[in-house]
Amino acid sequence: MSSVPVLPVPRVRRTWEAWSYAALFTVGFMAPWFVYPVFAMNVLCLALFASAFNLLLGYAGLLSFGHAAFLGSAAYVTGQAVKVWGLPVELGILAGTAVAALLGLLFGVLAIRRSGIYFAMITLGFAQLVYFLVVQMSWTGGEDGLQGVPRGKALGLVSLHDNLSMYYFVFALFMAGFWLIHRTIHSPFGHVLRAIRENEPRALSLGYDVNRYKLLAFVISAGLSGLAGSMKVLVIQSATLSDVHWHRSGAVVLMTLLGGMGTPVGPSVGALLVVALENYMASYGSWVTVITGGVFMTCVLAFRKGIVGEIKELVKRWF
Amino acid sequence: MVQALSGQLLIGLINGSFYALLSLGLAVIFGLLNVVNFAHGAQYMLGAFVAWMGMQYLGLGYWWALILTPLVVGLLAVVFERLFLRRLYGLDPLYGLLLTFGAALVLEGIFQNIFGISGNSYPVPALLQGGSNLGFMYLPRYRGWVVVVSMAICFGSWFVIEKTRLGAYLRAGTEKPLLLQGFGVNVPVMFTLTYGFGAALAAFAGVMAAPIYQVTPLMGSNVIMVVFAVVVIGGMGSIVGSIVTGLGLGLVEGLTKFYYAPASDVIVFVVMAIVLLVRPAGLFGKAQ
Amino acid sequence: MNCTTLLPRHIALVAAVAALTAVPPSTAAAQVSNDVVKVGVLTDMTGAYSDLAGPGSVVAAQMAAEDFGGKVLGKPIVIISADHQNKADIASNVARKWFDEQQVDAIADLVSSSTALAVMPVAAEKKRITLLSGPGSTPIEGEKCTAYNVHYTYNTYSMAAGTGRAVVQQGGNSWFFITADYVFGKSLQGDTAKVVTASGGKILGDVRAPFPTTDFSSYLLQAQASGAKIIGLANAGADTINAIKQANEFGLTKKQNLAGLLVFLSDIHSLGLSTAKGMYLTTAFYWDRDEESRKWSKRFFERHKKMPTMVQAGVYSELMHYFKAIQAAKTDDADKVMAKMKETPVNDFFAKNGKIGPDGLHRHDMFLAQVKSPEESKYAWDYYKIAKTIPASDAFEPPDPSCPLVKK
Repeated sequence: MSSVPVLPVPRVRRTWEAWSYAALFTVGFMAPWFVYPVFAMNVLCLALFASAFNLLLGYAGLLSFGHAAFLGSAAYVTGQAVKVWGLPVELGILAGTAVAALLGLLFGVLAIRRSGIYFAMITLGFAQLVYFLVVQMSWTGGEDGLQGVPRGKALGLVSLHDNLSMYYFVFALFMAGFWLIHRTIHSPFGHVLRAIRENEPRALSLGYDVNRYKLLAFVISAGLSGLAGSMKVLVIQSATLSDVHWHRSGAVVLMTLLGGMGTPVGPSVGALLVVALENYMASYGSWVTVITGGVFMTCVLAFRKGIVGEIKELVKRWF
Repeated sequence: MVQALSGQLLIGLINGSFYALLSLGLAVIFGLLNVVNFAHGAQYMLGAFVAWMGMQYLGLGYWWALILTPLVVGLLAVVFERLFLRRLYGLDPLYGLLLTFGAALVLEGIFQNIFGISGNSYPVPALLQGGSNLGFMYLPRYRGWVVVVSMAICFGSWFVIEKTRLGAYLRAGTEKPLLLQGFGVNVPVMFTLTYGFGAALAAFAGVMAAPIYQVTPLMGSNVIMVVFAVVVIGGMGSIVGSIVTGLGLGLVEGLTKFYYAPASDVIVFVVMAIVLLVRPAGLFGKAQ
Repeated sequence: MNCTTLLPRHIALVAAVAALTAVPPSTAAAQVSNDVVKVGVLTDMTGAYSDLAGPGSVVAAQMAAEDFGGKVLGKPIVIISADHQNKADIASNVARKWFDEQQVDAIADLVSSSTALAVMPVAAEKKRITLLSGPGSTPIEGEKCTAYNVHYTYNTYSMAAGTGRAVVQQGGNSWFFITADYVFGKSLQGDTAKVVTASGGKILGDVRAPFPTTDFSSYLLQAQASGAKIIGLANAGADTINAIKQANEFGLTKKQNLAGLLVFLSDIHSLGLSTAKGMYLTTAFYWDRDEESRKWSKRFFERHKKMPTMVQAGVYSELMHYFKAIQAAKTDDADKVMAKMKETPVNDFFAKNGKIGPDGLHRHDMFLAQVKSPEESKYAWDYYKIAKTIPASDAFEPPDPSCPLVKK
C-alpha cells in the first residue's frame, strides 16, 4: 500500500480482484439451489454488514466496536415502517438505511476525533446508549422484539413471500452495496483513506482534511450496515435485542478478521463461516462457544491475514 | 432522604472497590504489555470457580482460596502468555485484544459445559458473617472486608509501582523496553510476570466476589465491559487513574441506581464517551 | 373457561381450504406425512435458561417418544434438537429449515419469549405446530396468538397471580417490587400488583433494575427503606438468585419476606436451601407432589441426573398429548391434530383435567409452594412444601379478546 493517493493499480491485483469478484458473484448467484435460501440470505445480510465494517477497519484503519447500533437501529426502523406504518418495502429499507447513516453522522462527528482503542471505546459507548434506548422504548417490544414483519412486494409487483424471489431481491441489494464499497475503495477517496491509515500526519501535511475523509467513510459504513440490517429484518421477519447487542459488534470483527480484513471479498467469506458455524453446529450446545473462541485464537496466531488474505498470499507466491 | 442517600453512597463505594481491583490488573497489563486483556473477566470467573472447586473437592476454605487461587490462576496466565500472547507483541494492540477475547470464550464455554449456567453458591466465611447497623444502613461484615482489602491491595500495588525499584523498572519498561533491556533487565520475563500478576489480581477479585455473587461461568463477561470503561476513563495504563475512577464510578452508579435505576448500566458508558471527548487520554492518562 | 364453541366452524373452514389445495386425494384412514412424525426440540442449550430447559427438555422429549412406543399410527417418531441461543434470528432460521427441508411436524419448548414469538408465525404459515413450554409471555395467547400454537406450562400471569394472592392472604399486604427492566419483568410486576390490590394489599413502590444485574444491594436498600412486608422479585434466573442471596446478606429477610415471581426448581437447587428457605413461589409441577409425579421424575432423574423443572416436565406432557392427538385424529395433519388437542382434556402426572383453550393456552391447576429449610429437607431434591393448589380458573385469565381466535 502506498501513501501517495493516486497510483495505477498493479495488474496482478486487478486480475486477482476480478477473479475473486467472479467467484463471489457465481457462488452468490447459485447458492439458493444448493443451500437453504434463508440461510443464504442471512449470510448475504451479514456479509454486507462485514464488508461495510471492513471499509472502516481495513481501509481507514478505524476499529468500531459499536457497529451493531447501525445494523440494529435500521432493522427496527425498517420493521416498524413496513409493519406498522405500512410503507412499501423499498421505502422501508430506505428509511432504515437513512436512519443508520444519520446515526453514523452523529456518532462519527464525535468519535473520529479520537483514534485506536479510544475510538473503539467511544463507539462502544454510543452503541450501549442505543441498546439502552431500544430496551426502554415500547415500540421495539423490549426483549420480545419486533415480530411478524411482512416481506411485502418488490416494486409493488413481485411477492417476496417466496424464498427464492426474496433471495434474489436480497442478492441484488447486496451486490449494489458491494459495488458501492468497491467504488469507494478504488476511488481517489479510497486511496486517501489508505494514506490516512498508513500515515495520518503525512496525509495531514499533504493538505488532506483527514477528519472529513474519516467522517465520510464512517457514514458510508454506517449506512451500508443499516442497509444490511434492513435486509435482515425482512428476511428473518423480526428485529430483536441481539441485533443491537455488543456481541453483534464483536461478531462482525470476527467475520472480518477471519475472512481477511482489507480484502474486498474477505468479510463475505468470514460471514459465511461464522453463520455456518452458528447454524450447523446449533446442536452441539456450548461447545460452539469454545470452538468460536478457538477459531478466534488460531486465526490471530496463525492466519493473521484471514482466509482470503492468506490465499492471496499463496497465489502471489506461486504465479 | 439523607439517610437513604448515605446508604447508597456507601454501597457505591463497595462496588467501586471491586471495579478498582479489577481495573487495576487490566491497567497494569495494558501499561506494560500494551495488551487489552479481554480475558480479564474470564480470569475473574476462574478465580471464583477455583475457590469453589477447592472447597467442593479439596475441602479448602475461603482463607486458603484467597492465597492459593491467585497463584493458580496467575500460573495459568503465565503459561498462556508464554505460549500465545508473546507472539503478538509489537503488532497492532487489536490482535492482543482478539486473542484474549478468544481465550475468554474458550474458558467460559468449557465451564459452562461442565457446571451449567446457573452456577453455584459459595458461603460467606464464618469469621465474616453477620454485620453491624450503622444507623443509616445495615452493613454486612463481609462487604466491609471487601472495601478494606481492596483498598489495601490497590494502595500496595500503587506503592510498589510508583515507589520501589521494581516499579521503576516496570515504568521504564512501559516507556522504553529496548533501552531497559540494554541495561541488563530481562524484559521478556518481566512481561510474563506482569501478565501473571494482572491475572492473579483478577482471580483475587473473583475469590472476593464468590461469597456475595453467584459463581457462574458468565459472571466475568457481565462485568468486563464496565471495567474496560473504567480503565479507559481513568486513562489506559494509569494505575492511579484506574483506582480513582473505579471508586468514582461506583459512586456515580450508586446514585443512578437511586435516582433512575434503569439507566444504571448505561451511565458508565455515557460518562466514558463524554470523558474521552473532553480529555482524549482519559482523566489521568498522558496525551500521546 | 371452555371456549371450544368457535372451533368447529374454524376447523371446517380450514379443512375445506386444505382439502381444496394441499391434501392430495386419498382415502386412507391413517395418514402421516412423509411416513414419520418428527418433533424438533428447539431450546436454549447453553444460555441463561439452559438449566431450566435445555438438555433436560431434550431428555424429556426422548422419554416421551420412547414411552409412546417409538411409533404413532405405525410410523416412527423422531426427535431432533437444536440450540436457539435465545436469538430470534437463529430460532426462526432453524425452524424454517426444519419445516422446509427436514419435514419437522412440531417444534417443542422455545424457552425465551423472543424466540417463541419469532417461530410461531413461521410455523403457522407452514401449518406446523408449536408446543411452547419454556416461555411465559402473555401476548403469546393474546395479540400474537396463532392457530397452531399450544402454550403449555405456564405464563407470567399464572406465576404472579398465584404467589400474589396467596401471600396477601397470609398477611403480606404491603409490597415493594424489584423488577427486571424488561417486558417480562414489567408484566410480572403488573400482574402481581393487580392481584395484590384486588386482594386488599398495597403497593408501596418499585425499582426497575437493568437486566441482567449482579449487584442488588442498592435496590435491596431501597426495598428495605420502603418498609414493605413483602419484596416481590419480578426477575429471573441468575438475577433472582443474586437478589435472594444478597437479601440474606443484608439482613432483609429478618423483617421482610421475599416472594419470587418466576422461580424454577433449578434456581432453588443452585441457590441452596439455607438461603432460599421460607420463600413462596408458584409452580406448575413439583416432582415430589404425588406418587405419579414421583414415578416419572425418578425415571427422568436416572437419565438426566437432575430432577425435572416444570418446563422439562411440561415438554414430556405436551408431547404425549400431541402423540395421543395424532393417534386419535388418525393423521398428523396440523389442523386436525390441533382440534383433537383442544377438545381432549389433559390427564397425566403433570395436569389433571387441563384444557387447551381456543387461544392455545393450556389452563391447568398450579401450585403454591414454600421452600423448605435445610432441617425440613429429608433427602436430595426435597425442596418444596406444596402449600396450596391454585385451581385453573384462578391461575389463568380467561381468553384474551385481543387474540383473533377468541370469539368476542
